[in-house]
Amino acid sequence: MTENPGSVNGRRVAIVDGLRTPFVKAGTAFRELNAIDLGAACVNELIERSPLTPEDIDQVVFGAVIPELAGPNIGREIASRVNLPPSVDAYSVSRACATSTQSIVSGTQAILTGDADIVVAGGAESMSRPPVVYSDSVVDALMDFSAAKDVAGKVRALAGVRPKDLAPRPPALEDLSSGLTMGQAAEKMARENGISRQDQDAYAFESHLKAVEAWEKGIYDDEVMALLIPPDYEDVVAKDGIPRSDTSLDKLAALKPVFDRKYGTVTAGNASPLTDGAAAVILMEEAKARAAGIEPRAFVRSWAFEGLDASWQMLMGPAFATPVALHRAGMTLADIDVIDMHEAFAAQVLSNLQAFASAEWAQEHLGRDSAIGEIDRDKLNLYGGSVSLGHPFAATGARQATTMANELLRRDAGTALITQCAAGGLGAALILER
Amino acid sequence: MTDLLTLENIHFSVDDGLATVLLDRQGESMNTLSRELAEDLVTVVERIENDPEITAVVIGSAKPSGFFAGADIRMLRSLEDGQATHDMLSDVHGLFARIENLHTDGGRPVVAAIHGPCLGAGLELAMACGMRVCSNDASTTQLGQPEVKLGVIPGAGGTQRLPRLVGIAAGLDLMLTGRSVRPYSAHKMGLVDEIVPAELVLDVAQRRARERAETSDTREGPSGGSSNGGPLAAVKSWLSPKHLQELALEDNPVGRRVLFAKATEQMMEETKGNYPAPKAIIRVVKTGVEDGIDAGYAAELDEFANLVVTPQAKALMQLFLDSQAAKRSRGADAEPRPIDKTAVIGGGLMGGGIAVVNTVNAGVRTRVKEVDTAALGRAFQHVHSEIAGFAKKRRVKPAKSAELVQLVTGSTDWSGFGDADLVIEAVFEDLELKRKILADVEGITSDDAIFASNTSSLPIADIAAGSKRPQNVIGMHYFSPVEKMPLLEVIVTDTTADWVIATAVAFGKQQGKTVIVVNDDAGFYTTRVLGPYTNEAFRLLAEGVPIRDIDDAMVQWGFPVGPFQLMDEVGIDVGAKITKIMQDAFGDRMAPPPELARLVEGDRRGRKSGRGFYRYEEGRRKGVDETVYADLGVEPATKLPISTIQDRVALPFVAEAVRCLADGVLRSARDGDVGAVFGLGFPPFRGGPFMFIDQTGADRVVWKMEKLADQHGDRFAPPEALRARAEGGEPFRTDRTGQPA
Repeated sequence: MTENPGSVNGRRVAIVDGLRTPFVKAGTAFRELNAIDLGAACVNELIERSPLTPEDIDQVVFGAVIPELAGPNIGREIASRVNLPPSVDAYSVSRACATSTQSIVSGTQAILTGDADIVVAGGAESMSRPPVVYSDSVVDALMDFSAAKDVAGKVRALAGVRPKDLAPRPPALEDLSSGLTMGQAAEKMARENGISRQDQDAYAFESHLKAVEAWEKGIYDDEVMALLIPPDYEDVVAKDGIPRSDTSLDKLAALKPVFDRKYGTVTAGNASPLTDGAAAVILMEEAKARAAGIEPRAFVRSWAFEGLDASWQMLMGPAFATPVALHRAGMTLADIDVIDMHEAFAAQVLSNLQAFASAEWAQEHLGRDSAIGEIDRDKLNLYGGSVSLGHPFAATGARQATTMANELLRRDAGTALITQCAAGGLGAALILER
Repeated sequence: MTDLLTLENIHFSVDDGLATVLLDRQGESMNTLSRELAEDLVTVVERIENDPEITAVVIGSAKPSGFFAGADIRMLRSLEDGQATHDMLSDVHGLFARIENLHTDGGRPVVAAIHGPCLGAGLELAMACGMRVCSNDASTTQLGQPEVKLGVIPGAGGTQRLPRLVGIAAGLDLMLTGRSVRPYSAHKMGLVDEIVPAELVLDVAQRRARERAETSDTREGPSGGSSNGGPLAAVKSWLSPKHLQELALEDNPVGRRVLFAKATEQMMEETKGNYPAPKAIIRVVKTGVEDGIDAGYAAELDEFANLVVTPQAKALMQLFLDSQAAKRSRGADAEPRPIDKTAVIGGGLMGGGIAVVNTVNAGVRTRVKEVDTAALGRAFQHVHSEIAGFAKKRRVKPAKSAELVQLVTGSTDWSGFGDADLVIEAVFEDLELKRKILADVEGITSDDAIFASNTSSLPIADIAAGSKRPQNVIGMHYFSPVEKMPLLEVIVTDTTADWVIATAVAFGKQQGKTVIVVNDDAGFYTTRVLGPYTNEAFRLLAEGVPIRDIDDAMVQWGFPVGPFQLMDEVGIDVGAKITKIMQDAFGDRMAPPPELARLVEGDRRGRKSGRGFYRYEEGRRKGVDETVYADLGVEPATKLPISTIQDRVALPFVAEAVRCLADGVLRSARDGDVGAVFGLGFPPFRGGPFMFIDQTGADRVVWKMEKLADQHGDRFAPPEALRARAEGGEPFRTDRTGQPA
C-alpha cells in the first residue's frame, strides 16, 4: 500500500502548534492543581500564542488517564474553562500512556472526514491529586444510606462499616486483567529479554544527559510554557523539574530496585517517575492553514494501534504498532529520520529495541520474514524521554508529537516516528512527515 | 384573560374573583411612576373597591424588564415649587393607602409579584401590598429606596412602611445609603415573604392571593400564619442578632434614642452635613416612630416637598441625567468595531485593574505583558483575587470565576499579542518608553489594532509622533483603583480616526465605565484641573497652614479625600513629574511653589514608600508626618478660616475647568461635570465645577477670584470665559426653564 493514508479527498492534517506545561514530579510544584487546571492552563496559552481565536476551534479532544471525578469529560471542562464558545464540540479519550496519541488520531480522523477543520488535541495528568477510593463495603454502605427512607434505615446502612474499611485504597497502577503493575511488567521483560541493570542505568543516564542538553540548547524554550501557580502566582515553574544534570552511573547504580527488592533491576532511576503536566497540539486542515497564513510544522502521515497479551510482555506495544503504521505509510523503518519512543522504563525501551532488530522475533510475533529494522540510537529520543522528562500519562503523546513536529520544522524535511507502550498490552505508533 | 378596563398603562383582568393588575407604562421600556400611570392605578383601585366579586388582588408588571424602577426623574425635576410637589405626592399617598386598605380593612389580600428592579416608588407600592413574592433572579432583581442619591427621600410612604417591615435600623440603613438588596438578603431581612424561580413569580403570587382569600388571612407575612420551620426555627429567630437588636434598641424609647443618635452621628461623619436628605430621612422616620404613622406620612410629604427644590437635589438629579446621557453618547459618528482580544502592557496597579474590568465587565480576553514573571505573577494575583472577591460577593457566579481567570494570560515576550484588537499601554509616565512600546506593538499587530495609552498627563500626540498608524492611537485614561473608579477619560488627537474613538467609547462602556471624550492637550481635562488645586494646597502648606487643616477643609467641602492624601495616593514623585509637564505646557499659572522641590528628594514618595505627607505603617495611613514641616522650614502655626482655604483650593480647580472648555479640551460643560465628579471625586451635591459655578453665580465666583488675585497673585485671575458668563448672565448648564442646556 503506497497510498498516503494521512490524506483523504485531498484533505491533509497539519500540526500547526504545540505546547506543554513543564513536567514536574507528582506532589511538588503542581500539587494544588488537578488535571483540568493543568490542561486548561496549557490549552489557554496554546490558543493565545497561536494566531487562532477561540471561535476558530471546532473540537477539543482531551484525555486524562486518572479521571478527575468532579469533571469526567475533561475535554469539555477544558473547553468551558478556557472560554471556547459553547458550540465547540469536546470529548475525552482514554488509552493509558497512549492517551494523547489517541487524542491526536481522533482529531486527525475528524479533520480527514470533514467533521472538523481545527482541533485541539492533548492530555493532562495530575498524579498529585489521584481520586481516593473507598473499599467496596464502604461504597455499599453509602449507597444503602442514601437509599434508606428513615433514620433507622440510615443507621442500619452504616452499622456494618468497620474502621479498617475506612482506609482508602491507594490508586493502583495495576493492570486489572493481567494483575501486574507496570513495574512488575517491566521486571518480567527485563528478566525474559536479558536486559541488565547496567544497560538500564546506562540508558537512563543518557536520557538525562540528552534532556539537560536539550534545555541548554533551547529546544524546549518555545514548546514549554512557564506556569505561574495560582492563587498567589508567586511561584513560577518555567522548566521541567525532572531532568538531572547531576546524575551519574554511580548514583544510578546505588538505587535499590523498587518492584522486586530481591532480584529486580528496575529502580526509580531507570523508570519514568510519577509526573504532573499537560500537553496539547493544534491540528488543522492543510488548505485551511495555508489560507490563514499559518505554516504547518508537520503532517500526520499514518498511525496504528495494536494489542498484545498483557500477561506476556505488556509493554512491547511499539514493536507491534510501528510496523503496521510504517506499512500504512508505505515506508520502512529506514525511511524514518527521527524517532521518539515513550520511555516507561529503560527495560521496556531496550526490550523493544531488541525486538525491532530481531528477524527471529519478527518471525515469531509478527509473522514477517525480516526484522522491523534496527533502530539507529542517534535517531532515538534526541532530546530525552519519559525517564528524564517525566511522564504525565495522558500528556506524553502530545509532548512527543510537539517535539517531533518542531524537529521536522527545524530540519524542514523528513519523517518522524512517535510510539508508546500502554497498559493493557496496547501499542501506539504515529508517523509525521514534512 | 382580557383587559377589563381600557387603560394605557395597566392591564387589568379578573379571573374567578382574582384581579391581576399588570403595570405597563406606555412608551417606556421600564415602569416608572408618571402622573398617567398613577391615574390609571386609581381607576383600577376604584374598580376593585366597588366590585364585591373581587376577593384577591395581584400587582405585577407586564414588562420583561421588571417590576417598577421608581419615580420618573424628569418628572421630579419638573416639580418647581413645593406646593405642586406636595399636592402630587398627597395623591400618591392616598392611592397607596387605598391599596393598603384593601387588605387591612377590606379583607382582600393584595400580593405583589416582583421580578427585576423594584426601586423607589416601586418598592413603596410593593410595601403597600400585604405580601411580596419575589423572583430569585439576583442578576436583575433588586429592591431599594435610592432616593437619597438624588437628594430627596422616599416620598410615597416608604419612610414609614419600610421601618415597620424590616425594623428601624435596617430601614434607616437602606434609605440612608440608597443601596439596593438582592432577593436573598431581601428575604432574610423580611422585605419580601417568598422567593420563587423567576418564571413562576406571577403564578405563585396568584396562588398565594387565592389561598389567603380562602383562609381570610390578609395579614402581613408568609401565608398560613404558621412558621414552617417548627419550634426550633422560632427560637432561632428570637435569638437572632436582628431580633435581639430590635429588642434592645427598637422596642423601647431609650433604645430608640440611642439608635437615632448613632444613626445621626454616623450619617454626619459620612456626609459632613453637606447633604440635607439623609438628615430629613432620620427626622421623618423618628417622627413616625414617636408620633405615629400619620404624623410620619405628613412629615414625609413636607420634607420631600422642601428637598426636591434644593440646589443639592437639583445637582444630584442633573448628575444622574448626565451619567445617563454619557451612557448614550457614542463619542464619534462611526460604528464601533468589536473587541475580541485586548492586550495590556504593564500589569501594575493600573494594568492589572484594567485587566480585571476587561475580564469581569467586558468578558474579553486580555494578554498582559510584563518585564519578568514575578511582575506577571503579581498581575495574575491581582486579577485572581479581585475575581475571587467578586465571586464571594456574588457579583460573578462562583462557578464562572475559574473561566474569568482564564481570560487573562500573559507573557514576558511578545508571543500571543499579535492578534489583539486593542492594546492598552499602562507603563509609567516616560515618553520615550511609551513611544518604544507603540513602535513594538505596531510591529506585531494588524493595521486595525488600536493603541491606547493610559497616560495621565503626556499629550497623546507626542506619544503618537513617529507612529506608523497615528489614526489608531488614542488615550484611555483610567483612574485608580480601576475596579472601583467609574470614569474613563478618552483622549483624541487631530488624527484619531472616528471609528477608533467610537470603539474606545463603546469598549469603555463594556468595561462598566462612564466615558467622556476630550481633546488632546497636556493633562487633558482631569489631570489638568487637579494641577492648580494641588499646587494651591501646597502653597498653603508652605505658608504654614497645617496639612490636617487643609485636608479637613476640602473633605468638609465635599471631596472624598483632601489634596495631601490624594498626593500621597498618586505618589509625590509622580505628582512632581506631572506638575512639571503642566508647567511646561501652561506656564506660571501651573507653577508649583518652589518649596515642593525640597520634599521630592529622598524617599518621601507617598503611600508606596511608607512616607509622604502622612506616615504609613503596613500600608495603613497614620497621622501627619510632622517632619514635613521641618523639611520645608515652616511652623504649622498659620490659622486660616476654613472658607478661605476652601476658596483658595477649590476655585483654581473650577476656573481651570472653564479654561478647558474655552480651549476646546472639553467638548461640553456636561463632560466637565461628569469627569470631575466621577473621576476626581468633586462633591456630587455640587454637581461638578460648571454646575457649581451656575449655582454659586458666575459673578460671585469672579468677584471672589479677583479678590484672591489681589492678595495672592495672578494665578487667581478669573479666566476670560468665566468673566463673559458673569457679564452675560448665561449659566453653563441650564437654560432659564431649569432644563439641561
